[in-house]
Amino acid sequence: MSKLKNILFVLILSIIVLNSSNSAEKSPPFLETKWTFKGLFGKFDRASLQRGYQVYTEVCASCHSMKYLTYRNLAEKGGPEFSEAEAKAIAASFEVTDGPDSTGEMFVRPAKLSDKFVMPYANEQEAKAANGGAYPPDMSVLVKARKGGADYIYSLLLGYSEPPEGVELDDGVYYNKYMYGNKIKMPAPLSDDLIEYTDGTKATAEQMSKDVTNFLMWSAEPHLEQRHKTGFRVIAYLIILTVLVYFTMKKIWSRVESKV
Amino acid sequence: MSDHKYTPSSKFGKWFNDRLPLLTLANHLTDYPTPKNLNYWWTFGGILTFCLITQIVTGLVLAMHYIAHADMAFSSVEHIMRDVNYGWLLRYVHANGASMFFLAVYIHIFRSLFYGSYKSPREIIWILGIIIYLLMMAAAFMGYVLPWGQMSFWGATVITNLFSAIPLVGESITTWLWGGYSVDNPTLTRFFTLHYLIPFLILGLVVLHIWALHVPGNNNPVGIDIKKPSKDTVPFHPYIVIKDAFALLMFCIVFALFVFYQPNILGHADNYIEADPLVTPAHIVPEWYLLPFYAILRSVPDKLMGVVAMLSAILILAALPWLDTSKVRSAVFRPLFRQFYWILVADVLILGYVGAMPAEGLYLLIARVATAYYFAHFLIILPVLGWKEKTTPLPLSITEPVLGGSPNLAAARNDEKIEKIIK
Repeated sequence: MSKLKNILFVLILSIIVLNSSNSAEKSPPFLETKWTFKGLFGKFDRASLQRGYQVYTEVCASCHSMKYLTYRNLAEKGGPEFSEAEAKAIAASFEVTDGPDSTGEMFVRPAKLSDKFVMPYANEQEAKAANGGAYPPDMSVLVKARKGGADYIYSLLLGYSEPPEGVELDDGVYYNKYMYGNKIKMPAPLSDDLIEYTDGTKATAEQMSKDVTNFLMWSAEPHLEQRHKTGFRVIAYLIILTVLVYFTMKKIWSRVESKV
Repeated sequence: MSDHKYTPSSKFGKWFNDRLPLLTLANHLTDYPTPKNLNYWWTFGGILTFCLITQIVTGLVLAMHYIAHADMAFSSVEHIMRDVNYGWLLRYVHANGASMFFLAVYIHIFRSLFYGSYKSPREIIWILGIIIYLLMMAAAFMGYVLPWGQMSFWGATVITNLFSAIPLVGESITTWLWGGYSVDNPTLTRFFTLHYLIPFLILGLVVLHIWALHVPGNNNPVGIDIKKPSKDTVPFHPYIVIKDAFALLMFCIVFALFVFYQPNILGHADNYIEADPLVTPAHIVPEWYLLPFYAILRSVPDKLMGVVAMLSAILILAALPWLDTSKVRSAVFRPLFRQFYWILVADVLILGYVGAMPAEGLYLLIARVATAYYFAHFLIILPVLGWKEKTTPLPLSITEPVLGGSPNLAAARNDEKIEKIIK
């Protein structure tokens, strides 16, 4: 009976925990792919992050902003780790408006490492006007802003197909089996050989989807590697300390006639 | 409470203690006689104190970087996550710390329910605890609003709108709470201020909670009054201190697993989308720890009655010492109560589950039945049980079992066995 209660308690807690991932929408199971950032020692695939940046900048960036990223982030540890010179060159290929200068005029200059990623549109209204009324969401934390995270984004990128019979689509609306409601205003963004990877990897739609999702995961969790590394140390330390305290407790309680 | 006189050994100590008896207090806390049969469910008081302090310390540092403004709150949180040294750690500890706090408080409350710790002479400890719990919910709710994500904004809208159900003055109260005609910047700034204030109110109440505890002393798994100090008790230090430390460390391991490996699993993805008053999320749900009450709220078709039901569900706990008419404290000696206790636990879990689901069809029906049962447990079952139930004989003391070793003691010992399994 007591054991039963104990199990029940654990059950309660796990149900509560599982509860938080609620509101199950009916959508097909996500496409499977191996992510290197998962698990106890999960790390990003550096080359994939660099390719992912290339996909972002050559494809996604024409509509999607990443307003919380700074060019210096591209050279930071735990990210794509471009060299500082490479990151500077990337930044310099964009133009930002700065000022006012000493004469009170605004001026245009090449971006520096300390600048935020240049946005494709001046404001939300312009973005909507250019995209048939749909606002392409900012992608800085997109992975964390979608239920299913990286698996969802990856599946969505590859989830385009002709609508099943009986589904009518308006102009500028596309069918995607992973999208909420199956209707999406973004046309399929990736197709085989859409871009040419600088590192010679074959640019299949799967490869590009995986790389850009990796990149988006990093942008949403730039300190993921440090988190995993610190976490392992913290937990190892706690376990050792717990064992030591356990034996200390046993020793102390051996002085009295009671179980602990 | 130990009443023996304490005299500091040093001359300065004596001089100081005569003016401010801090040393007497320290001595009381060290010697405080504690029942030696306390099981691990009793370690959650210490764990909760740890949770409160963790929240205050991490919150203090977060507040140095956070900007309470509707246009900047979301990006200031991203700034913390990206650019502040160990900002990600502080925020994840604080956000998951809230969940851990509630996990611990629910265990603490249900322990009290099982062993009858709310009964005479501990009613005031219990009521102080309920007030702390209410304040915790307020603090957690307001804290969830601060990142100014979609769930923050819409959660705040739903909850503050509840006040509009109050007859006559409801609308005015809601406007007053918002500081305008909708949830907006004034709402955010006042929530931030209150979120900063409440933990210190809780801290004060925790001091009273512990003070009130130290008057009658701890209840224990057998639930009988014991002589203190006696061979049934051990001094708080080092026995309980080391045991609490051990339990706290185990708790911290679970805490760390969440913080470092699943920091967002207890949150909602929509809260990483910046608040947009023009776009309503598909499902508005509160954090997991508020779901049972959310289910009760939604199970009543009338808005005002729903709010009344939800508030009553919490406030009814304050009346518990008088609703439970049984003289026997511990469920160990109450075979019938024990059954109903576990049904209540299941009932609350079911409420939590349906609280996360859309309020329609079967879910709504389940929520209504579970809500009705929840109130029936406190208003009908408990009063009747105390009167009808045949309890099993109590032992004379913790150390001396009932003559002839009754099965009750075996039941009491069972709890000790559980700990061994956990370990």
